[in-house]
Amino acid sequence: MRKKKIFSLLGSTVLMAGLLSACGSEEGSSAGGGSSEQTTLTLLRDTQSSQEGMNAVAKLVEEKYGIKTEFETRPGGTEGDNIVKTRLATGDMADIAFYNSGSLMQALNPEKNFVDLTNEPFMENVMDSFKETVTANGKVYGAPALPVSVGGWFYNKKVYKELGLSVPKTWDELMANNEKIKKSGKTAVIGSYKDTWTSQLIVLADNHNVIAEDPSFPEEYTANKAKMATTPAALKSFEKLQEVHDKGYMNEDFLATTYDNALKMLAEGTGVHYPMLSQVIPSIEKNYPELVEDIGVFPQPGDSAEKNGFTVWMPAAFYVNKNSENVDAAKKWLEVYLSQEGIETYLSATKPEGPFAVEGVELPDDVYGAVKDMMPYFDSGKTTPALEFLSPIKGPNLQQITTEVGSGIKSAKEGAKSYDTDVEKQAKQLGLEGW
Amino acid sequence: MNTLTNRSYTNLFLLPAGIVYFVFFLLPTILSFFFSMTWWTLTDWKFIGLENFKTFLSEESLNIGFKNTIIYAVVTCALKVILGLLLGVFLSSRLRTVGFIRSMVFFPTLLSTVAVGIAFSTLMHPSQGMINAALAAIGIAGPDWLGDIQIALLSVALVDVWKGVGLATVIFIAGIMSIPEDYYEALMIDGGNTWNKFWNIIVPLSRPAMNTVIILAFIGGLRSFDLVWAMTKGGPGFSTDLIASIIYKQYQAGFYGLSTAGNVILFILVSLLAFPLYAYLNRKEVDL
Repeated sequence: MRKKKIFSLLGSTVLMAGLLSACGSEEGSSAGGGSSEQTTLTLLRDTQSSQEGMNAVAKLVEEKYGIKTEFETRPGGTEGDNIVKTRLATGDMADIAFYNSGSLMQALNPEKNFVDLTNEPFMENVMDSFKETVTANGKVYGAPALPVSVGGWFYNKKVYKELGLSVPKTWDELMANNEKIKKSGKTAVIGSYKDTWTSQLIVLADNHNVIAEDPSFPEEYTANKAKMATTPAALKSFEKLQEVHDKGYMNEDFLATTYDNALKMLAEGTGVHYPMLSQVIPSIEKNYPELVEDIGVFPQPGDSAEKNGFTVWMPAAFYVNKNSENVDAAKKWLEVYLSQEGIETYLSATKPEGPFAVEGVELPDDVYGAVKDMMPYFDSGKTTPALEFLSPIKGPNLQQITTEVGSGIKSAKEGAKSYDTDVEKQAKQLGLEGW
Repeated sequence: MNTLTNRSYTNLFLLPAGIVYFVFFLLPTILSFFFSMTWWTLTDWKFIGLENFKTFLSEESLNIGFKNTIIYAVVTCALKVILGLLLGVFLSSRLRTVGFIRSMVFFPTLLSTVAVGIAFSTLMHPSQGMINAALAAIGIAGPDWLGDIQIALLSVALVDVWKGVGLATVIFIAGIMSIPEDYYEALMIDGGNTWNKFWNIIVPLSRPAMNTVIILAFIGGLRSFDLVWAMTKGGPGFSTDLIASIIYKQYQAGFYGLSTAGNVILFILVSLLAFPLYAYLNRKEVDL
């Protein structure tokens, strides 16, 4: 009799726990309606990236195959990393995950979590330089979700014309331009450190110059043979950031300025340069559509005008969840996404912020002026992926450290040194050799 | 009647609560001590001894949080005690609008910390914020509250005090109200003035209330996280990082073992500071 009671008590406790845990995971699968013929795919994406193109393709997939797509959203940046990692670890990931390529993707343990796409026919036309950034142990896991973007100096062409400036080809020319802009009473370089991630751009966008000077840096860096602070080419990136601060080129309240404020300054021409990623263009188009053609872009220059070129960011990718019940449907989804028809649908819904990572795709003539600024560099091969795509190591505190260097708390050398200790943790967590 | 049956019967009632406590509190605590000594990816782990602690304590960007946490805890605790006591004395008087003022003082406590943080970071904007606009109106050039690394931590601490002083005040009011009238009568007969009333009666006899406030505010300050995260995310750079925000960032970066080690360190720090403080304060308490 008493035993029975114990069991019923235990049983109810277990039931209770089961009930609670079920609450968490149900939202994704049940909401799409239950009819068995129609598959509903869930796709987890962030809130910052351009969504119109994806939505349009999702509609196309539904028309073609009757596969519905349900978008789940998460924040971007480190908060988003958290959610993705947690949902993977708890087996609660959506069917398709939208996530960065490069070092961040390496940290997700792709072999364990994602479906190998190496031999899928739809991956054939994807650029090799993109594939490299979603490859782990020789297997390709991601399909490009967005156009390729660049990191460079976005500038206001109208102000450039007013002040009679020309696009700088060397760092010294850029600094001379900054001096003239400062004298005219405008902000030469927009700082938006309230959103700390934006402080990294001068350092990150310098990678083309680093590699031009020291091509073996990424490998030696990954193998723990080269350090930021002791490699002159890499240290120069930090010095450039410090120089911009020391010469007082930034807006006075750069620590309280947000990314959105910065876009406004750039669009309206109160700020003239903004070292940033291509995502600036669609954001300005959204908020200040009549001003978007005033915005141009040039690569962060180095010492020599001939070596001038863009540091490019490979786009985020779609990864298929290995534990998904709808792997085949997800593959079909990607097949449509990367097909000629899919890309045309994408382009009809939104203007791209750069070229696609798929070979044989022609961009329409009405692309943004800034994209036209980039194309010559792509056509002549003067691009280098950012360091995070060449080496799996990216320290999590870079944005705090660049804030310190960019606001004069630390010198370039000190900043580079503390970044070197920061990456050590990342390398150890990844279990790399030589650390 | 106190037989074995009887006792085990009552113990049975403790079981559900016991299981919940074990699964959700004891087990994670024990596990966290273990995982703090591992290299951990949530699915896979390797024992590495005290390596995580060494990393956490030896790195500048990590241990900067110790100093900040102590400063933050001491400043918020001290201000809450002093302001709470003064407000408590003021609001336990027979003022006509006392009910209204009490609710005014208590009101910020009810607000969401994150909302308060976002609101104040807007108010504290160096060029467009209301605080500096108000200061400019009377001819003072306000500082960059959250951007100046010398004062950013103090700015956050002040907001914490603004938000938390209501609770301290309520505890003090309760303490002051429970002082028997006899003491005041005795003081009147002896011819004491208002200062004597405050210093010789209210302060010593509201000691239990004060101890509660000190302990609550101090521990709260030590493990504070949400307000700092909402206002500065530990920046500029690392200048307002507290141990808790550093742990969170390590966790975000995927350093699960390292962040667990940070939590163990925080646990030890809170225990090392709070228990002796508690014991010391209890010894000083006066019986009514």
